[in-house]
Order: sequence, then structure tokens, then C-alpha cells
Amino acid sequence: MEKVGKYMFFLGCTIPYRVTSYEISARKVLQRLGVDLVEMPEFNCCGLPLEPLSHELTLILSARNLAVAEREGLDILTLCPGCFGTLKKTNKALREDKSLKEEINGCLKEVGLEFKGSVNVKHISQFLIEDIGLDRIKKSVIKPLRGLRVAEHSGCHLSRPRKYLEFEDPENPKALKTLIEATGAKYVEYMDETECCGATIAGIDDKISLSLVREKLSHIKSAGAEALITMCPSCHIMYDANQIRVERMFKETYGIPVLHYTQLLGLAMGMPPEELGLDELRVNPSKIMKYVMEIKPRL
Amino acid sequence: MSENESTKPSKINPRFRYEVAKMPGGEKLLQCFQCGTCTSDCPIARFNEKYRPRTIIHMAQIGLKDKILDSEFLWLCASCFTCTDRCPQGVEVANVIRILKNMAAEEGHIPQLFRELLSNLLKTGYVYEIPESRIRRRETLGLPPLPKGDSESILKTIQDLKMARVLNSE
Repeated sequence: MEKVGKYMFFLGCTIPYRVTSYEISARKVLQRLGVDLVEMPEFNCCGLPLEPLSHELTLILSARNLAVAEREGLDILTLCPGCFGTLKKTNKALREDKSLKEEINGCLKEVGLEFKGSVNVKHISQFLIEDIGLDRIKKSVIKPLRGLRVAEHSGCHLSRPRKYLEFEDPENPKALKTLIEATGAKYVEYMDETECCGATIAGIDDKISLSLVREKLSHIKSAGAEALITMCPSCHIMYDANQIRVERMFKETYGIPVLHYTQLLGLAMGMPPEELGLDELRVNPSKIMKYVMEIKPRL
Repeated sequence: MSENESTKPSKINPRFRYEVAKMPGGEKLLQCFQCGTCTSDCPIARFNEKYRPRTIIHMAQIGLKDKILDSEFLWLCASCFTCTDRCPQGVEVANVIRILKNMAAEEGHIPQLFRELLSNLLKTGYVYEIPESRIRRRETLGLPPLPKGDSESILKTIQDLKMARVLNSE
């Protein structure tokens, strides 16, 4: 497949810490689509997890990453909506406010960097739709997942706050649904689809965050979806790794496999499950795998 | 809270709202007319009776600075920004709450979780301490080495922050 260009790959902190399956599958799928990923030569956290302590700290941390990408002359591609939102917000804030830009550049000067505002930041969902295009994605599918019924959860930070992110309508997000349809699978609608996963207060109040997970899983179960598809590492931890905690806490059974969209797409591209990190998932996805194995590849 | 404390009148700081309103994201604080859309649409408020974004905004408007900054409920905001997106008055509710958290942090009220994240950042550049075993496993999985987190240069860039001074003085 022809190359579609080089991007600075921004992995963030959560993915290497706990969600390797997302990275494994994303790299495979992007490589198949002809995307050339360049690793960040130096890195620090995007700043989002520390914004409750200091907005300025967040601005400096994200501006530093933007400045590194600018020095390399590459646009940034993220897997995490949190990193995406934070980098994009800082990019916009510094581009629009000259005195803020000067202030932050004063800090970056200490390490020989400068923010100019010359690169763009995209989350993989936006990148797949706008830069790769649905036609190309559909063409890469050799095992259309027809008959598979899945629910989706886009995650708040992909579109909120609307005023700053200007990506999609947070009350009716469509990107992930469109991408699911491109694999041949069908998305199932369920109650309160845009409700938060609670990840940001896990560790502050687990009871609340797990109650949010429970509510989401119960709505998905009622809708009859066979899996939940996410595009955010933190949402994924809440629904996959924490599903068993919810089952124990509330004495209920859900057993809903939670796949990264990149795993779903990889399966539809005919890649073997073990190459997509499906064995890393906590909720057993064997039913989905069995279903995919039975689909005859279209050659 | 003892009975004495709960009956003690709260201190009002009439300038407080202007302090909040001059921070980025706080500009529209005075536009709030207490309709309650934020609280009724808040995912956290449904599961916790102490966390009420409308009340926090009201407290900020009338100047209950100490009461807000000393509170624990302030840290329950999940930053989902539903309140911000739905406020009919354009108040960036979650950002006002973030401003209040930042002020609380400057006074030294920092929940343990955030102390850990910050300490990891300053040590490694990542907010989590990624175990050696995970870093080695990347190789087995055929993943490239993790980008190097440069904590020394982070320290250089943030040395003038108020937050950094708070931490150094502790």
C-alpha cells in the first residue's frame, strides 16, 4: 500500500503503563495502512493528569511536546483522547494568545525549545477518517465482520469541551460509529452512550467510578451488544480491567469483552488475534475470536 | 465536623469571585444564574450527595473561599466537561472547578494521588512509574523502546511555577 506520510507518534503515559494491547494493535493497523510512525525523540506527560494541580504546569508540559514535534517538523498523532485534547487545547491557546505564548516560551527557552504553532494534533479516530479515509479503510477489510453487534464508547475528552476541541458533536459523536461500520460490524445504540467512564476519579473515589462503569455495562448488556469498542486507554481500563471489580462489588455478571477499535479493525483486516494483543485483555474475548475465525477471508 | 464548627459562620471574601473570573476559563463565573443544568447532568452528582457543581459555583460567587478550598468534594470533579458544554450561560463550570482546585493546591491541599503523579513526573517524565518488567517486555513484543522521559529538563522548565515553590517548601 502507498505511504500516507510521517507522523510523530505520541504514546502518552497510560498506554505504556497499562494498556499495551492498544499500542500493539494500533501499530499493526497503521503500518498496514501505510502510515510511517516516528517515535518521540524525547517525551514528557501531556500534562492532563496534573491539570487539577496547576493549569500552567499543564501548558508547559504540553507545549514542550508540541515544540519537540515542531523541531522535527511533524504533525502529532495520538492514541489517547486525553493527550489529544490537552495538546490541541494548548496549541490553540498559545496560537491565539501572544503574551501567553511568550510566557511559556520563556520556560521552554531553558531547554532550548520554542513553541511556534506550526504543527497539528490529531487523535487516531480523526486521523483514520480525515487522512486515511473510509474508502481506504473499507478496502483494507478482508474479513467483513457482518453480523457482529457491538456498542461503542468514544470517551469525553475526544470531543469535550466542544468550544476548544472542534472535532465532533459531543452530544452525538459519530466518528467511532462510522469506523465500526467500516469493518462490517453493526453498532448497537444503548442508553446514555456519552456518559463518562469515571477514570479521572479512580483513586479519589473508587465507589463512584465503579458505579459509573456498572451503569454503562448494564446498559450495554440490555442492548444486547456482544462487545464494547473503545478508543481511549483510560476508558478501556475502566471497562475491561475493572469489569471484574464491578462484578465482585455488585455481585453481578457482565462478561462483556472490551476491544480497542484498532483490534476490531485488525481482525477485519484478517490479522491473527495474537498479533493484535487480544490475549492481553482481561475479559475473555474468545466468543468474538471464534466468530471472526469462522469468517472466510475475501481475497 | 464537630457541632461547633458546623454552626460557625463562614468567612466571606467578596473579592474572591473576581480572583476566579480573571483566570483563563473562569471569565463567565458571574454569568451563572443558578439554573442547575450542571448538577442535573453531572455523572458524579448522581452517585455522591456532597458533590454539586451548581453549589460550588454559587459558593465561588458569594466568596466562600476557605470553605471551597478546604473541601474534599472539590476533588470529585471527573473533568468530563458535560457541565461546560451544556451551560446555557456559557460558564465553563469544569474549568472554574479546575481553577478552584489549582488554588487549593497552591495552599497545599493536594490529594495523595496527585502527589504520586507529580513525583513520578519529576522522576521519570511519565506520570506513572512504568515497571522495569514492562519496559523489558516491550522488546519481546517487538515494540520500539519507550521515548526517553527527560525529568531534568522538566524541572528546568517549571522552576518558576508557584506549584514548584509550594512543593519545594514542603
